Amino acid sequence: MPGKLKVKIVAGRHLPVMDRASDLTDAFVEVKFGNTTFKTDVYLKSLNPQWNSEWFKFEVDDEDLQDEPLQITVLDHDTYSANDAIGKVYIDIDPLLYSEAATVISGWFPIYDTIHGIRGEINVVVKVDLFNDLNRFRQSSCGVKFFCTTSIPKCYRAVIIHGFVEELVVNEDPEYQWIDRIRTPRASNEARQRLISLMSGELQRKIGLKVLEMRGNAVVGYLQCFDLEGESGLVVRAIGTACTLDKLSSPAAFLPACNSPSKEMKELPFNEDPNPNTHSSGPSTPLKNQTYSFSPSKSYSRQSSSSDTDLSLTPKTGMGSGSAGKEGGPFKALLRQQTQSALEQRGGSPHRFCRRREFPFFTLTAFPPGFLVHVGGVVSARSVKLLDRIHNPAFVGIMGNTRSYKLLDWNSFNSDEPETRDAWWAEIRQEIKSHAKALGCHAVVGYSESTSICEEVCILSASGTAAVLNPRFLQDGTVEGCLEQRIEENLPAGCGFCHIPYDELNMPFPAHLTYCYNCRKQKVPDVLFTTIDLPTDATVVGKGCLIQARLCRLKKKAQAEANATAISNLLPFMEYEVHTQLMNKLKLKGMNALFGLRIQITVGENMLMGLASATAVYLAALPMPGGIQIAGKTPSDGSYEQHISHMQKKISDTIAKNKELYEINPPEISEEIIGSPIPEPKQRSRLLRSQSESSDEVTELDLSHGKKDAFVLEIDDTDAMEDVHSLLTDVPPPSGFYSCNTEIMPGINNWTSEIQMFTSVRVIRLSSLNLTNQALNKNFNDLCENLLKSLYFKLRSMIPCCLCHVNFTVSLPEDELIQVTVTAVAITFDKNQALQTTKTHIEKSLQRASTDNEELLQFPLELCSDSLPSHPFPPAKEHLESARSNSGIPAAQRATSVDYSSFADRCSSWIELIKLKAQTIRRGSIKTTVTVEKASPMGEGNFRNRSAPPCANSTVGVVKMTPLSFIPGAKITKYLGIINMFFIRETTSLREEGGVSGFLHAFIAEVFAMVRAHVAALGGNAVVSYIMKQCVFMENPNKNQAQCLINVSGDAVIFVRESELEVISTQQPTANCQQSCAGGEVTT
Amino acid sequence: MTSELDIFVGNTTLIDEEVYRLWLDGYSVSDAVALRVRAGILEQTGATAAVLQSDTMDHYRTFHMLERLLHAPPKLLHQLVFQIPPSRQALLIERYYAFDEAFVREVLGKKLSKGTKKDLDDISAKTGITLKSCRRQFDNFKRVFKVVEEMRGSLADNIQQHFLFSDRLARDYAAIVFFANNRFETAKKKLQYLSFGDFAFCAELMIQNWTLGAVGEAPSKPDSQVDDMDMDLDKEFLQDLKELKVLVADKDLLDLHKSLVCTALRGKLGVFSEMEANFKNLSRGLVNVAAKLTHNKDVRDLFVDLVEKFVEPCRSDHWPLGDVRLFLNQYSVTVHSLDGFRHQALWDRYMDTLRGCLLRLYHD
Repeated sequence: MPGKLKVKIVAGRHLPVMDRASDLTDAFVEVKFGNTTFKTDVYLKSLNPQWNSEWFKFEVDDEDLQDEPLQITVLDHDTYSANDAIGKVYIDIDPLLYSEAATVISGWFPIYDTIHGIRGEINVVVKVDLFNDLNRFRQSSCGVKFFCTTSIPKCYRAVIIHGFVEELVVNEDPEYQWIDRIRTPRASNEARQRLISLMSGELQRKIGLKVLEMRGNAVVGYLQCFDLEGESGLVVRAIGTACTLDKLSSPAAFLPACNSPSKEMKELPFNEDPNPNTHSSGPSTPLKNQTYSFSPSKSYSRQSSSSDTDLSLTPKTGMGSGSAGKEGGPFKALLRQQTQSALEQRGGSPHRFCRRREFPFFTLTAFPPGFLVHVGGVVSARSVKLLDRIHNPAFVGIMGNTRSYKLLDWNSFNSDEPETRDAWWAEIRQEIKSHAKALGCHAVVGYSESTSICEEVCILSASGTAAVLNPRFLQDGTVEGCLEQRIEENLPAGCGFCHIPYDELNMPFPAHLTYCYNCRKQKVPDVLFTTIDLPTDATVVGKGCLIQARLCRLKKKAQAEANATAISNLLPFMEYEVHTQLMNKLKLKGMNALFGLRIQITVGENMLMGLASATAVYLAALPMPGGIQIAGKTPSDGSYEQHISHMQKKISDTIAKNKELYEINPPEISEEIIGSPIPEPKQRSRLLRSQSESSDEVTELDLSHGKKDAFVLEIDDTDAMEDVHSLLTDVPPPSGFYSCNTEIMPGINNWTSEIQMFTSVRVIRLSSLNLTNQALNKNFNDLCENLLKSLYFKLRSMIPCCLCHVNFTVSLPEDELIQVTVTAVAITFDKNQALQTTKTHIEKSLQRASTDNEELLQFPLELCSDSLPSHPFPPAKEHLESARSNSGIPAAQRATSVDYSSFADRCSSWIELIKLKAQTIRRGSIKTTVTVEKASPMGEGNFRNRSAPPCANSTVGVVKMTPLSFIPGAKITKYLGIINMFFIRETTSLREEGGVSGFLHAFIAEVFAMVRAHVAALGGNAVVSYIMKQCVFMENPNKNQAQCLINVSGDAVIFVRESELEVISTQQPTANCQQSCAGGEVTT
Repeated sequence: MTSELDIFVGNTTLIDEEVYRLWLDGYSVSDAVALRVRAGILEQTGATAAVLQSDTMDHYRTFHMLERLLHAPPKLLHQLVFQIPPSRQALLIERYYAFDEAFVREVLGKKLSKGTKKDLDDISAKTGITLKSCRRQFDNFKRVFKVVEEMRGSLADNIQQHFLFSDRLARDYAAIVFFANNRFETAKKKLQYLSFGDFAFCAELMIQNWTLGAVGEAPSKPDSQVDDMDMDLDKEFLQDLKELKVLVADKDLLDLHKSLVCTALRGKLGVFSEMEANFKNLSRGLVNVAAKLTHNKDVRDLFVDLVEKFVEPCRSDHWPLGDVRLFLNQYSVTVHSLDGFRHQALWDRYMDTLRGCLLRLYHD
């Protein structure tokens, strides 16, 4: 009996009129936890009842405390007939279970009904007395903290970052149970809400157990998702990063997490080693066999191509996977061995590293300084699956209070088990892991997973950024066996992460490398794509901007396997085009790196949609991007030539304009300093795509084009023309506006305190007459562009401001409907102060940073430097040979490195290998040349500085919401717990509620209100890392009905304005709490 | 491609003052869009018409949802669905309950009943204010009336407390409620030159001095003042006003009064001769108005009578406002010197208010 839950019902207000005769209500409350129910007295004839109940006490297991929500139902007493339900409040008591989080939940909660929405409010007080339980075999994981934030929470220090934790729980969906035919929509909705609440509680508890097993105490970057698979069930899955966090005693001291014993740093046992990659110490413990059981020839079965500077753009088709595999074999083996050894070596104590981290994945997107050593590029994998009833021997349907669903622990996964959801994910993760290895990286950061479901077809996607991490964070605090990576002296910060992690002579794919424009010691790629946030120490030039690639593809309606085959066939082309678009738009902006890249592929009945969003920046360390050149088909007549040259001019103008707009003016440096760029055969950029049996297109560097104007768009048909046009249709945001999809806007550092989080939803209906790919693309493009324009217009009063964390979600609810949901936050910044960001300012901040580091770390700036020596390999002939013969191997586009082979493998796993036909997309082919441009060694970019000028205008009772992990101009002093809420709203009077727009508008406003109420009740005044994970909207206008499901999450926090920090900061939390309580106390 | 659904929901509810005004003015979405276009917003912001349409729709929907709460402003403060900064809440309430001068002049003093509501079409046609806006304003008056009708205590304070108005707006509404309750005639052609401000000013003075609440601070008979302290005129006081008749009925008293006033004002008044000639008429007018107030019908005609009996005669003789003030001051003060007159307190209660009103009503 390890816990006692105490609940008190204080009062209600603004209740609806339930008795038409008296225009009043006789309300009472049922309080339910688990199977125990208490009732208050009936408070007669009032819309503002004062129950002032006794303390209802529940004595429960802490396991139940974690799983079960507290359920409060407000009813209208009726003497003669059944009592009418007014509405419910579900309270997640999890925040009360950590020692440091909230101690009491107290406040006004909206009373919510799935049919009527919010109907009044109820004042509730909840407390928990926990007893210590020393049982080591316990099933609960009370005390493990959960954070949605994808960075180390602001008032904590990471002692160790353990790594990936995941879990999934499946159940039958109550909506599809037989009983649903006879029960009311309300009962069905409530069953669903309750079930999901229960499942997420259980999921969280189980993840917590895993964390405890790893000896961690927190999960950061916790992402929980629902898959509503319809008939086949309901899957709740979550991923996160297990950490051991230490609370910082003083909120002011933002110690970098790497401030661990400096002794180990000084020892630097491998300081002399020139190349960690080739370090001779073999794996001291072999990795788990299973990890490497997949055949490399399968994973890397890509087309090989000659390594000459072939200008031919014709795709190499017909390369069988077998041969590629064979050719790739030796090389792969070598690479694998290297990365493996690197992994183990970097892991310090490989034993532990490997045992614990089957998947070296991190859901974090921002890291403590020094954590991220190198970034390889984006890795992603997709898989098309047919949904079937989730076969699970232990699976039993749930009814009422009984519940039974099997924990599908994927660590215990073995091949004999029936194929289940977690086996699917296991495959995908393996794929990701192997891609990362191919990039010479032992870890994947910024990792996320998603699904898209249409009828019985499901696309599973995972993506992340391959990276090399500093091993010190990954292990227990013991110094023993800790191998330090080489630290190079006097390297400027801000470029280390750009340096290639893979071996230059054995590059996993052909890439164009140059010496880093910042330190000039290491090699860097010409473009860098990542899924993470821009590292805080990165040197950027000018400002960043949001880039989107949008794409639609029609698909024939089909059933089951045929449908899945069709989708699998389309996917590679979609990915390819999305990447082409991204690359073109990046060049058009005159920038060279993408952060926060998120590619979403959505499947519908008759089409596939692809939407990629990322924040483009100009990294000072990377070479200046070349322009875009248009090549017409030859021979051509004069007017055509004229047209081409006109287009060319337009594009060049746009690039110039963009450079000016985003203030991209990297200082010129003389070419000698840069040195000659890299061995000749390597100087080539290639966009390679291939699958097991097919290859689509090869793009190669065209050396003959000379140094400038590298990017060539060949217009050889009208489609290509359209593409070029669409490039130019993206309108830049109006002046005073910036947008990005990362946490913070590169190049803007002086945020003021005004923030406005919003959600915008648009649904368009396509006219079914002219459904061509072009028309679809245009419609979709217009939809997104108009949506953005609307946002700029709506928020114009906030200028100058920046839309941060712009998150687009596309879904295809019906045949001809496209739904786009955007959540973002607008933050104002001080324009004048931006102008003052002079060089001296930068220098100062640099200086300050470095002195800070010196004091705190005792090894100035070294952490950020990189560890790869410039000549990892002696240029041995055999290596060159192998590199040459396999130069086409991983079909990833240089740093982008999306792997196209993945679906082939995936597809084969659900039905017998769908043969992907060798197909060619003959389109505007792309030749890439990268100019060796000059850049300053120091990169006089702006150093971002998060501190905003103090601004005090906090208002009582206001709860801020933001998708970011911080609040500008304020300091987060306490994390109160995770908010994870799921709501269903249904209506049978759609027209009366203002149609679909009125219905959804009201519902989203209500969801916000409920989130804010829960945060306020916890004593908080903000939600950070807020995310709307799901917004499923279904309508049936003919029946005047609509239904919507929304799932949101975030971290409840207390923040204090920086200007108020002088006031004793410890008083603030209680003051805030009182404020919010007092704010709610007023009854009318 | 048609937009099926298009919404924007902010954590802080966005309020566009311009669109709010258009919505309050009763324009349809398309009219509002057209008006915004005409205001040049597209040029200023570089937006497209579609963006403007979507934005306007969105704001209209928000306002529509807020309207329910605006009907009981304290609800707007305590509700949890829309997070609106206090200053914006105040703006929403203030603007929602604001009214058009032209409209209020049409319904001021009329019974706030269904019958009047039916006339809104005509009012709308006459004033050029949209019917929608007329309805809102009318319903606002009626809503406030209903809430404070049965309440004790200061009318303006009650309104302020229940509707969270600014002082100014609360006082205006007090006047509207007071006029509606007492059904003062304001629509006569003679009264057309008067603004709502003029009437509101008078209403305030009357509420201060002539209602039950006015004597509430020293209640002689606390039981009798159960209801409508500020809403209804003090019946007893109105009855007592008959006593003032002696001032004109008694010829000696009237002559004495006249001579005292003339002596005091000789040389000070530009229109002295006109005053001297008209004194008896004017005095008779003012006192008779007082004496007639026992009948409800005559109470309603108070303003008509004042204009007919005092304002018009003076105006036809071109009295400057300064002279009117001097005259009225002297006229009421001199009564204290009339030994035969016993109702000094009553006279002051009547005349202080009336003097204030007349000075306000005296203009072109």
